[in-house]
Amino acid sequence: MIALRVALGIGLLFIVSLIIFGATELLPGDLAQQLLGQGATPETLAALREQLGLNDPAPVRYWNWLSGALTGDFGVSLSNGRPISELIGARLGNTVFLALYAASLAVPISLVLGILAALWRNSIFDRAANAGALTAISFPEFFVAYILVLWLAQTGIFPSMVRINPTTTFGDRIYMTFLPALTLTLVVTAHMMRMTRAAIINLMASPYIEMARLKGLSPLRIVLRHAVPNALAPIINVIALNLAYLITGVVVVEVVFVYPGLGQLMVDAVSNRDIAVVQAVALIFAAAYIALNLLADVLSTITNPRLMHRR
Amino acid sequence: MDREVLLEIRGLRIEGRSGEEWTEIVKGIDLTLHKGEVLGLIGESGAGKSTVGLAAMGFARDGCRISGGSIVFDGIDLRTISEKQKRDLRGARIAYVAQSAAASFNPAHKLIDQYCEAPVVHHVMGREEAERDAIDLYRRMQLPDPESIGFRYPHQVSGGQLQRAMTAMAMSCRPDLIIFDEPTTALDVTTQIEVLAAIRDIVRQFDTAAIYITHDLAVVAQAADRIKVLLRGDEVEEAETRQMLDAPREDYTKSLWAVRTFARAEQPPASGTPIVSVRNVTAAYGTVNVLEDVSFDIHAGRTVAVVGESGSGKSTTARVITGLLPPKSGEVLFEGNALPAALRRRTREQLRQVQMIYQMADTALNPKLTLRELIGRPAQMYLGLKGRVLEERVKELLNLIELDPATYIDRLPGELSGGQKQRIGIARALAAEPKLIICDEVTSALDQIVQEGILKLLNRLQEEFGLAYMFITHDLATVRAIADEVVVMQQGRVVEQGTKAEMFAPPHEPYTELLLSSVPEMDPDWLTRLLERRGAA
Repeated sequence: MIALRVALGIGLLFIVSLIIFGATELLPGDLAQQLLGQGATPETLAALREQLGLNDPAPVRYWNWLSGALTGDFGVSLSNGRPISELIGARLGNTVFLALYAASLAVPISLVLGILAALWRNSIFDRAANAGALTAISFPEFFVAYILVLWLAQTGIFPSMVRINPTTTFGDRIYMTFLPALTLTLVVTAHMMRMTRAAIINLMASPYIEMARLKGLSPLRIVLRHAVPNALAPIINVIALNLAYLITGVVVVEVVFVYPGLGQLMVDAVSNRDIAVVQAVALIFAAAYIALNLLADVLSTITNPRLMHRR
Repeated sequence: MDREVLLEIRGLRIEGRSGEEWTEIVKGIDLTLHKGEVLGLIGESGAGKSTVGLAAMGFARDGCRISGGSIVFDGIDLRTISEKQKRDLRGARIAYVAQSAAASFNPAHKLIDQYCEAPVVHHVMGREEAERDAIDLYRRMQLPDPESIGFRYPHQVSGGQLQRAMTAMAMSCRPDLIIFDEPTTALDVTTQIEVLAAIRDIVRQFDTAAIYITHDLAVVAQAADRIKVLLRGDEVEEAETRQMLDAPREDYTKSLWAVRTFARAEQPPASGTPIVSVRNVTAAYGTVNVLEDVSFDIHAGRTVAVVGESGSGKSTTARVITGLLPPKSGEVLFEGNALPAALRRRTREQLRQVQMIYQMADTALNPKLTLRELIGRPAQMYLGLKGRVLEERVKELLNLIELDPATYIDRLPGELSGGQKQRIGIARALAAEPKLIICDEVTSALDQIVQEGILKLLNRLQEEFGLAYMFITHDLATVRAIADEVVVMQQGRVVEQGTKAEMFAPPHEPYTELLLSSVPEMDPDWLTRLLERRGAA
């Protein structure tokens, strides 16, 4: 069953690659013209087209692109001629670092808040947690980011710009990326927390919860041991969705904090009409989405005894 | 009985909330239970049986509150102690066995983990000792493979076994009192006996006091020393079991005793082309055959009861007839002509002729639609009724099922009682003006008095419209009341079929005999005698 899911995921990624390629095909404009500017002679244009392989039929170009991508070779950037894999490499690492950093704050916080909110349903704590999470998610990301900059960077506690180079130590990275990570945490916590709370509360009316209460178990034990294991599937799925967002949707936050991640690269590539880079980044984003959702499916299956242990 | 008093409830009042209003649902109940004694608590649903049972643990469900009276368990007033103190009693000294073990076991944990939880949390014994104890109790409850059954998940164990495992779990801390809340209601007759016997034996072995809640008198008569009858939150009467069975004092109690008096008149043998003919049907889910060579006929104006335990293929047969499950071989004839096997290849007219009524009216009715829409939809879809004609038809149907259109037509299913919902199920089936209605356990979830009302209604409609019924049930009393012909199924095969008179008169097939002898009788010694007879055989 899990093998089937993986196969489906790969198939899906293949379809996405077709769509990405097809979509960039549809874009108007001539790349060679774009690169050489208005003053180019027809001869140089033709020569460049030949060199870039733009004269080949679409299926051939698609195949060349895909087979390259599979081996990690995304071709060269059209704007500066550097290999795309090199451009992406470091930035992908930065993006994943930031996503993991934010997730390591957001996931535990939202699980704990969600569980406590369910445990003390309709209490002051529940209302405060809900209101807080909803407020955080209701503001646009850049606004949250600037507020944090105002409070925490203007006062000199944390840097407002992230300057990372290969020699930066891990501790420094954690310190320097704290504000973007915190911004992202505030943005994604609400979903996960509210889903955790709702999934647990949804189960609190079930007969096995009543049974647990009638066995004299404490409320905390009932929630942790009897409700949470049965609420895992929706919680895992919303976490995966938010992790995917942390990798693919952080463009604005990266721009605000001048963070050298994939999102910035994508924005730059789009404004430069650097189609090859756009394609590569889009494919990576799609792969991250599919992989995380696949992981969520697999985890939901593993945590459900009814699926793991047949009759 | 002059043993020490264990539980004393005085003037118990419980309120339930509907919207903003609190209404009294238990109106001053007194109850005394001695150590080691079993008290049967009986009544229809809504009588407050479960509510009283839970109150004996100092527990009120969400939306309920204990508003008056005292509940004294072994000298401790459960109404004045703290939640923590109550938790210390629950599971340890007072345990609970729920109606549906399948729903009350946590699907995420193995049985033995759930068994060990209470003893470990209440510091009665350590985990390892509790595991050994679980295996011992599983053995005493006569569960198969007591050594290993605890290491399975609830979904891997059958309903009857789960119910026994739950009783074992309730025993884990050797409580002084167990509340059994309809522990056998959801089980087949044959399984019910085994569970009932196991419960009775273990309660005696450990000299545990029990409150046994049920709506089935014959069942409670086997287990209880005394019986208390409740009606709408009030006590009707209480007496020793034998005395209660022999000489009930109150009219209401007598009516409970006499509830199964309805029986459909004998019909002449059916002739002509059957409405539906099931011919040599073999069907499978995946590669496993669940029906093997099933054949029977249903004639106009006749009721064919299909009986058997769960898993015997009754509902699957219905799925084949309705086209939900195309058979592997064999066919279904409608008035002599073969119906297409698959649902989507049947014409609307063919679909209209066969309608279904389901066991759980709760889940079979869309909770967001009013009765007007629920009943009107089939009339609109199959018969093209519109506007005023449709409105009149819906009203006519509501009158047929004895619900006043003026009051009910714009209500939602959630605003109806269980019996009323089932009536809506009937009206919806009737709206299509079918020739055959398949009734799948339509009375199983209802109280006996309500059941009788539904059966009478179905019978009246049959006489009025010449309907054919296929009546799926595991309850032989229902069969006796309404069937013309009976088909007995076991493991996907028809083991016996014939007219009702033939089926209820010996000689029987062994399986039919088993089913028939498993129906509890109003005699406190019935179970003992039956077990002796079976033990001797």
